[in-house]
Amino acid sequence: MLAYIARRVLATIPVMLIVAFFVFSLLYLAPGDPAAVIAGDQATPQDVERIRASLGLDRPFVVRFGEWLWRIMQGDLGVSIFTNLPVSHMIAQRIEPTTSLMLITITLAILIAVPMGVMAAWKAGSWIDRGVMAFAVFGFSVPVFVTGYLLAYIFALQLEWLPVQGYTPLSQGFWPFLENLILPSIALGSIYIALIARITRATMLEVLAQDYIRTAKAKGLGSRGILFLHALKNAAVPISTVIGIGIALLIGGAVVTESVFAIPGLGRLTVDAILRRDYPVIQGVVLLFSFIYVLVNLGIDLLYTVFDPRIRY
Amino acid sequence: MRRRAIITAVAAAGLGLASPAVHAQGPATRTLRFVPQAGLSSIDPIWGTQYVVRNAAFLVWDMLYGVDSQFRAQPQMAEGHEVSDDGLTWTIRLREGLRFHDDAPVRGVDVVASLERWMVRDPMGQMLRALRRTLDAPDDRTVRLVLAAPFPKLLHALGKQAAPCAFIMPERLARTDPFAEIGEAIGSGPMRFRGDLWDRGKRAVFERFPAYVPRQEQPDWLSGAKRVAVDRIEWLAIPEPSAAAAALAAGEVDWVETVLPDLAPALRRNRAVAVEIADSMGNLGALRFNHLHPPFHDVRVRRAVALATDQADYMRAVVGNDDILWRRSPSFFTPGTPFHAEDGGEILSGPRDVDAARRMVAEAGHAGANVVLLAPTDIAPLAAMTEVTQRLLDALGFRVEVAATNWGGVAQRRARREAPEDGGWNLFHTWHAGADCATPAAYTALRANGDKAWFGWPEDATIEGEVAAWFAADDVAEQKAAVARLNAASMAFMTWVPNGLFMSYQAWRRNVAGIGKGPMPVFWGVTKS
Repeated sequence: MLAYIARRVLATIPVMLIVAFFVFSLLYLAPGDPAAVIAGDQATPQDVERIRASLGLDRPFVVRFGEWLWRIMQGDLGVSIFTNLPVSHMIAQRIEPTTSLMLITITLAILIAVPMGVMAAWKAGSWIDRGVMAFAVFGFSVPVFVTGYLLAYIFALQLEWLPVQGYTPLSQGFWPFLENLILPSIALGSIYIALIARITRATMLEVLAQDYIRTAKAKGLGSRGILFLHALKNAAVPISTVIGIGIALLIGGAVVTESVFAIPGLGRLTVDAILRRDYPVIQGVVLLFSFIYVLVNLGIDLLYTVFDPRIRY
Repeated sequence: MRRRAIITAVAAAGLGLASPAVHAQGPATRTLRFVPQAGLSSIDPIWGTQYVVRNAAFLVWDMLYGVDSQFRAQPQMAEGHEVSDDGLTWTIRLREGLRFHDDAPVRGVDVVASLERWMVRDPMGQMLRALRRTLDAPDDRTVRLVLAAPFPKLLHALGKQAAPCAFIMPERLARTDPFAEIGEAIGSGPMRFRGDLWDRGKRAVFERFPAYVPRQEQPDWLSGAKRVAVDRIEWLAIPEPSAAAAALAAGEVDWVETVLPDLAPALRRNRAVAVEIADSMGNLGALRFNHLHPPFHDVRVRRAVALATDQADYMRAVVGNDDILWRRSPSFFTPGTPFHAEDGGEILSGPRDVDAARRMVAEAGHAGANVVLLAPTDIAPLAAMTEVTQRLLDALGFRVEVAATNWGGVAQRRARREAPEDGGWNLFHTWHAGADCATPAAYTALRANGDKAWFGWPEDATIEGEVAAWFAADDVAEQKAAVARLNAASMAFMTWVPNGLFMSYQAWRRNVAGIGKGPMPVFWGVTKS
């Protein structure tokens, strides 16, 4: 197992290198010029050229990529073109809101979606099942930003229970921290809940049709024991796979959610950086997201062995 | 349903009904919470010339002179000045008691270093630099400028609102390369910038500078007494317009600089919120031609496009049906400003004649020509104007290739001088702030000095002659006459097509008072109860 983990961790290096190359190449080929943004609309082409030269953007692709890669290998993500701050510092400033949002969303989604899916499968064809499926269709169909605005309208503007926007760090108190994240988490989690609930239901239906479940029933085991000890554990492998895949959904959704609720997280940082062509920041954030995604996949693979001891690496 | 429509519907449903907030943040009444048009990512107004940076800089830094609402330069840090009889030597005396935020006194050498840095980046500064023989500080309160030829617009150059402005910084900061960013924000303006609380792009904090010495005159735009009535101003970036409007309705912020026209009716229904036009000088929509390549190198074709242009089509595409928010402008100069002239503007104000325009294109030998229209899809007003132009060019019989990209893509491609088929371009839309189009002073887009001109590189000696005549003019009547001739020459040459003047709304909580209209948010005189 340890050897497997070591191999997988080492395998992330070429993956990250490929990601780095693609990220750098795409940004190099994409239209846009940070020097033009800095210079402003009234600047002359000569001014723009001078700023471009001062930023080193006039040098060949190979030179820039080589320098960037060398710095990355030393753990240096570079310096933002616009703020002159180290990218690692900017990421560190923004990672708390995004991490908090994602963790609360994932927790909320798993706590809500898995029981919903299990109940829908157990009561297949009943009004509970139809209700869960209707919710899932709704969750899939309504974009995050619409859900976000609806929630803000009802719970912030009408009922005045929660703030419309903003973020308060955990260091300033648990409730102020939580009240800013409740609506964004529900908005962001709606698609995720729908996805996990549907997969849980489908997998559970398959498992509940297995012979060993009939045997368990014949032995007189209670519903709760059958569902959560036997069925759910065997259904956990595909469910955990979907949860892992869903991390990517969350990263994409976080960009929109952070815009709607004005949360100063990595999503907003990414959007701002893209709009201004702040290449080092875009590259740093995308690399970070890729790294997280690779790690999450590794974690999910390892979880398989917990849920199904027959799996060996 | 389109995303914007959904947002509008949901936000509109809520904003009007919302009652005063329960989630007001910050230490209550002495803090003004302001939502700027964009997040503040830089604080150097010479290095980065975006409007949001300039607007923040006016809190932190002061200038020797400042224009009033009639575009007259009034003394600000300057106590006064003397000009030699030949108009070549200017001696400017600083007011007594001026101090920087680090408690150091403002000295003549600070002014010299600041002007040296500014002159490299600013178009008027570059003119001044070309004429400068010496610029020095005979003593701590005196600055002396000796010129090779008279420059009557010197005070305007030092006090203009168009970026980059001639802000005065401590010498140690002003010695920074004009193409590199300064490391800290130390000014002598009415507010001190809290760099330690700055979350770039998200939150910026300004605190009242107790040692600031305001002038005694009434405040008028960038001139007069800059007395700030709150202790602290927080700039909170909320990029999503609907979220900003909702935050205002809920009382989480006090003042939003820009409100989408779609959201204004709903905000107006909220009794705690006031909605007004932000800047009656607005923005002048512009269709920019590339003068280097066919078919728009031919003045007949450019004028044909102008003849077919209906400004109402453009303006309604930008602001919708809210007719308060736009005006026709058969002029390159901002309606309602002192030098506004419509000479030669009949081609835009007379009857629209697409058939005659099509004939003009054919007579010029460019019927059915291929044209590349750059289309930024991420900036709503520009995307809307581009769609109108595409239809217009189709009607004139051109074969239009729409190069859809984002604004970053346009900004990069418009700098290319190659032929359109080799990656260049024929047309793109932009807009110019109305305040910048009030005089020729900082009106880069109007210039027609070929290689040195703005994108499109127009070249016309008559236009350049009239610009020079305005700069040389001493009195107002002479300046007005020069602007009238300049407008006529620009219309005849059709440097670019003015598409009309459009404005935007700002909104604030009613417990805030003293907010005025202007080309930028002015904080002096604003109170919060």
